Amino acid sequence: MLKEDCASTLKVHLAQSLPLPSNVNRPRIDLIVFVVNLHSKYSLQNVEESLHHVDATFFLGKVGFLATGAGQDNHCSIHRNTVLRLAHTYRSPLFFCDLEVEGFRATMAQRLVRMLQICAGHVPGVSALNLLSLMRSSENPFLEDV
Amino acid sequence: MDETVAEFIKRTILKIPMTKMMTVLKAWDFLSENQLQTVNFRKRKESLAQDLVLLCEENGVSLNDAALLDIICEDIDLSDMEQFKSSFKKILQRALKNVTVTFRDTEENAVWIRIAWGTQYRKPNQYKPAYVMYYSQTPYAFISFSQLRSNTPLLCQALTIASKHHQIVKMDLRSRYLDSLKAIVFKQYNQNFETHNSATHLQERRLGLDINMDSRIIHENRIEKDRVHRVTQEIFGDYSQPRLEFAQYKLETKFKSDLNGGILAEREEPLRCLVKFSSPHLLEALKSLASAGIADAPLSPLLTCIPSKGMNYFKIKDK
Repeated sequence: MLKEDCASTLKVHLAQSLPLPSNVNRPRIDLIVFVVNLHSKYSLQNVEESLHHVDATFFLGKVGFLATGAGQDNHCSIHRNTVLRLAHTYRSPLFFCDLEVEGFRATMAQRLVRMLQICAGHVPGVSALNLLSLMRSSENPFLEDV
Repeated sequence: MDETVAEFIKRTILKIPMTKMMTVLKAWDFLSENQLQTVNFRKRKESLAQDLVLLCEENGVSLNDAALLDIICEDIDLSDMEQFKSSFKKILQRALKNVTVTFRDTEENAVWIRIAWGTQYRKPNQYKPAYVMYYSQTPYAFISFSQLRSNTPLLCQALTIASKHHQIVKMDLRSRYLDSLKAIVFKQYNQNFETHNSATHLQERRLGLDINMDSRIIHENRIEKDRVHRVTQEIFGDYSQPRLEFAQYKLETKFKSDLNGGILAEREEPLRCLVKFSSPHLLEALKSLASAGIADAPLSPLLTCIPSKGMNYFKIKDK
């Protein structure tokens, strides 16, 4: 992501889980991407627990889920539908991207940077909420909106 | 006397196994009977060597004398090895009329042995040989058993007798990589160990460093990451691990459960269960488990004791 050409200053915080340590000063967080490794049940469990610590306002377009490992089907212990349901429950977009593959990684990074710019309010005329509703309208039709 | 000569003699003496010490010194014939009698051969080798060097200095030992000592050591070594080989071959040939035994000497006082097995009535099968790597100065032999399993006891017996030991103990340590087995058994794994993957390792490390140096990436769990790294270093060290492909745990333990009931919990008999870990490079994989977030650090001692105990096949019973 840092390699992308971006007019804004980009900072990435890596954390194993939430909540973040509280004794640190941090700049405003514009986007949270939860990475789920489909090969590990522990990964999903960790994300589910971390989600409880996220303030509700983030779910208006500032949260995304990234599922990796779908390419190696025989290593997957989490079903695709499980993450689909999770993303649906939290009304947030889900991306499938095998982070191990250089090409996919680069493309994903590009998308995330664009998304981040919008969430930070650096793209005039588009807000995080706009983007969310735009993405949702192209979602799988068979998933019902409850 | 020259410092270097004294040092050379000391090192040569340290290389001589205690069982052959007297033989070598007598063959060298540089120190007199009287002098040898004044030496306490039950001392620790280090201090014995120092005593002997002092005696040599009294006699005015020269570089030539030291060189002669070296040659005698080689000679005695070789003759021992020849004795082993002929003894080993004879034992097998006496037991099985048809057997092909071939030897190949290598450096470091070791010999490769190839055995093709036949029976009393059939010629040896050259396509299913067994291989042994025997280090004469150590009580260890590395064996690749042939597919003709019935000859295994005979092979072990021949090794035991020819090497003049009392018994042979099969270690629970198996791998396809002889160098790794050697490193574990001779306790040489805690040095920088040459592997085929050393080039890729360096590259990965360099990449990791670059990413971590970018100030735009902040690791929120730095403290925990550092702790995990430190604990992993303490347990596995800084060096490349010896290469094993499997670790197998045979469990015969009673099932323990926090929950009340459950089908398995009520049993009196131990549960029999086999857990096998496999990997192209098992120990390196275990080393990276904690930092990859897959396991907690420190790892279970059952996993980390593999090189220090020299085992990768375990049987676990209730105490």
